[in-house]
Amino acid sequence: MSRATQQVEEVVIRFAGDSGDGMQLTGGRFTDTTAIVGNDLSTLPDFPAEIRAPAGSLAGVSAFQIKFSSKDIHTPGDTPDVLVAMNPAALQVHQKEVKPGGTIICNANAFTPKNLKLAGYETNPLEDKTLDDYFTLYSIEMGKMVTLACEGLDLSSKIVDRSKNLYALGLLFWIYDRPLQPTKDWLEVKFGKKPELVEANVRSLEAGYNYGDTTEIFTTRYKVDKANLPPGKYRNIMGNNALSMGLAAAAEKSKLGMFFGGYPITPASDILHTLSAWKHLGIKTFQAEDEIAGITSVIGAAFTGGLGVTATSGPGIALKSEAMGLAVIAELPLVVINVQRGGPSTGLPTKTEQSDLLQAMYCRNGEAPLPVLASSTPGDCFFAAYEACRIAVKYMTPVVLLTDGYLANGSEPWQIPALKDLPDFKVKFADKSNISDGQFMAYLRNKDTLARPWAIPGTKGLEHRIGGIEKEDVTGNVNYDPDNHHHMVKTREQKVKNIANEFDPTEIFGKKSGDLLILSWGGTMGACRSAAEALQDEKFKVSHLNLRWLNPFPNDLGEILIKFKNVLIPEINNGQLIKMIRAEYLVDAKGLNLVRGKPISSDDIQHTVKEMIG
Amino acid sequence: MADSKTKSNQTQSPEEILATVVNHALDGNDVPLNTLDNKVIKAKAKAMIVRINKGTAERPEMPTNSTQVETTTSAPSAYTRKDFTSDQAVRWCPGCGDYSILAQTQKVFPDLGRKKEDFVFVSGIGCSSRFPYYMDTFGFHTIHGRAPAVATGVKLANPDLSVWVVTGDGDSLSIGGNHTIHMLRRNLDLNVMLFNNRIYGLTKGQYSPTSEVGKVTKSTPMGSLDGPFNPLSLALGAGATFVSRTLDKESKHMQDIINQSYNHKGTSFIEIYQNCNIFNDGAFSSLTDRDTKSDTVLLLEDGQPMVFGAEKNKGIRLDGNIPKVFEFGDKLNIDDALVHDKKDYIIASLLANMTYNPDFPDPLGVFYAIDMPTYEDLIVDQINDAIKKKPKGSVQQLLDSGDNWVVK
Repeated sequence: MSRATQQVEEVVIRFAGDSGDGMQLTGGRFTDTTAIVGNDLSTLPDFPAEIRAPAGSLAGVSAFQIKFSSKDIHTPGDTPDVLVAMNPAALQVHQKEVKPGGTIICNANAFTPKNLKLAGYETNPLEDKTLDDYFTLYSIEMGKMVTLACEGLDLSSKIVDRSKNLYALGLLFWIYDRPLQPTKDWLEVKFGKKPELVEANVRSLEAGYNYGDTTEIFTTRYKVDKANLPPGKYRNIMGNNALSMGLAAAAEKSKLGMFFGGYPITPASDILHTLSAWKHLGIKTFQAEDEIAGITSVIGAAFTGGLGVTATSGPGIALKSEAMGLAVIAELPLVVINVQRGGPSTGLPTKTEQSDLLQAMYCRNGEAPLPVLASSTPGDCFFAAYEACRIAVKYMTPVVLLTDGYLANGSEPWQIPALKDLPDFKVKFADKSNISDGQFMAYLRNKDTLARPWAIPGTKGLEHRIGGIEKEDVTGNVNYDPDNHHHMVKTREQKVKNIANEFDPTEIFGKKSGDLLILSWGGTMGACRSAAEALQDEKFKVSHLNLRWLNPFPNDLGEILIKFKNVLIPEINNGQLIKMIRAEYLVDAKGLNLVRGKPISSDDIQHTVKEMIG
Repeated sequence: MADSKTKSNQTQSPEEILATVVNHALDGNDVPLNTLDNKVIKAKAKAMIVRINKGTAERPEMPTNSTQVETTTSAPSAYTRKDFTSDQAVRWCPGCGDYSILAQTQKVFPDLGRKKEDFVFVSGIGCSSRFPYYMDTFGFHTIHGRAPAVATGVKLANPDLSVWVVTGDGDSLSIGGNHTIHMLRRNLDLNVMLFNNRIYGLTKGQYSPTSEVGKVTKSTPMGSLDGPFNPLSLALGAGATFVSRTLDKESKHMQDIINQSYNHKGTSFIEIYQNCNIFNDGAFSSLTDRDTKSDTVLLLEDGQPMVFGAEKNKGIRLDGNIPKVFEFGDKLNIDDALVHDKKDYIIASLLANMTYNPDFPDPLGVFYAIDMPTYEDLIVDQINDAIKKKPKGSVQQLLDSGDNWVVK
């Protein structure tokens, strides 16, 4: 059967269904296959905090969005071209965001009177024609189809019904011309011990694909060419996974034993899970009794010469704050990861936000500066984690690494780095050469970095005591002298400032001067870059700068800022970086602050820029 | 070895002694230098070593009459109390029970047979937690209540170290209660010294979680209302594998308990009754006064009947399941006394429950000691198993794993 094939540059698909419908799995499979066929892509999972909200309810809707393209993209897309809605609630929640003229594919079997009522529909939208004027609607009896496809298998109807997400996946694979084999292989690994289950899922997947192929309902297939990515070996990667690999890379390159102490918290737990599975790399993981023990055990490990890392989210940082201060004054290297989520308090545990920057900067008692950096894409979490470890050890300081829920669970194609190309990470523990006049000087600093020596228990002759009471510089003895305290406050601040001396010159996307600079940090990088690209295409004199380091700022940042007539800082918070920038540089920057638990869109940024300089 | 050192010194000139200790020190054996009584030679030797290390002086020739034993014997047995005494002035109030605990520790440590660089003291906040500053070992004075968690990280990062937690009743049972119970259930090979003075000393005299009900303090002018924790019952309930108690004034007893604690593999919990002579003076006076202590203290010995009293004429027996104090007489005698068995959890629980009970003496000694696998050993075993199953890979293999594709 010949069918029209339409070439498109990029597509945004959103899979939505009940929490139990397997939407994250469906999205994940579509993503991996899309990566393999060579498109650039970006994903955004969006799931409720409740593990299983009541079936069919609006609160229980889980979604996964993917944007894939033949060109370089930076965001998971703003409005979907295609919505797959597995029940009325999913349609109700997501339909209003679908592009006008877009496609909606529904599982008709789930549109029962009970489910319609739960979703707040008085009449069935698949039948009352309300959607027809705006969208191309496909109402498919997926439940019935999978039941027929799985006839003869020794499985309950409930189990068979669960495979309808694979049916939807198969159909989308047909529409977008993607191979089934990677998903079949994956099912084999995932359910290999239950052959009947593999069979049911494969049959449903094929049934969906064949439905597209054989019925004439779908008049067009779409083709998205391979993206023009730099040559190299690629894989798809999620942020938390990339971050874990970055930590493991740091442990291997530094030859330090990695010790990870943490307490389960959304959306950071995957880092604990991932590292726990890598025992064959010699990584020690410790699920502590609480957040405080998570970090204090890491401080103990750091004192002992381990590469100490803890990961949490905002509420966990609040609990760890006192211990972070201890690490500052004890001048011990460790990495504290905050996978940010919506706050305050429990807030929006499964939604993304950038509202912990000021917490990272200032949440401790006393003058307790520490380096803060942020990763900007899922794959970048690898490099940010590696850099955080390297700086922590080189400067003997705790380092805060900020990511967020969007980066943690989002994914993108990733050029696999070679470990040998990463920056050097040599570590030298203190030894006898650090003893002078028979005494080991625990706070005798390196002149360039101001780092103190790392003297670990078990080293003969270096017995010494450290702690949370103010230290005398050089000796490390307890000291209450006013001038020494002033000196130490300044020294700890200077030590952090010194890190900026090793930064490369700041890269600007676009010209070095102009009408407006979009200044971003963390997960909003992609949307800002997309906006800058679009605006530059429209000949606006707009550039984009993304900050890797929030503390210290790059030495050249002040000079860059004054070369632009306007500075716009989009953040998913109520204006945090903007406060730091205004305070440091006295620049009249403007904010774009949308705090909705989801990424800021490129459209929002473009619109704001045009309002400012249009 | 200390003896042989002294003998050789007597036959050597000051110059020869200097050359001998410097050579040994440069070869990695500091003991002859550290044990030198002659302060002048000691100072000269240290200065010489610094100059040699800097390259501004030549290494002296080793005298021919120096004994060879010194360079080959392992160092530990030659330690003295001084080797464990730091250069920091001790700042507890005069008369504080902490002085005795420090003294007993410094007395016991030289003979434990362990290199001193392998000892780590970790403490929280409070008077007791200043302890690490006074021990010339590795030490970490951390934050309030968190010493067990910091010590856990130390031990897991390097299981070869001998790790000691020094804490107080407020530190370990109030603000750090959670860490204490979880440390105990995990059974890392840690030694915990809980200085229990039943008061907050450093913050100047508020009641603590071990203060008796009705305690009048600055924060409880009409008397405290909440009942105290019983530290040993808590430890037993949390799954501790070594539970003991000693008293600041019983120096020999304390030395013995510290020794047993060191030799127990697993978390060793020592409650040390400690007098705060400023804010809670006399809290344990009935256990320390010569006139009363034989009737108020029950010294536990494994395998021995529980007997106390000035005339050794009183014992603990079980009446059904209920422990009772009895005097030896016509009907009941020493054979009726309960025999202590440190492996018996029920007996340990009975003994722990005598705390705060005026009808019973306060037991001192090892209440409970059993062997259980330690957490750090289990972690290392899992890692070794994982490496066996999946030969120790590189991170590059990890990066390259999974579905990947090449863009040309």
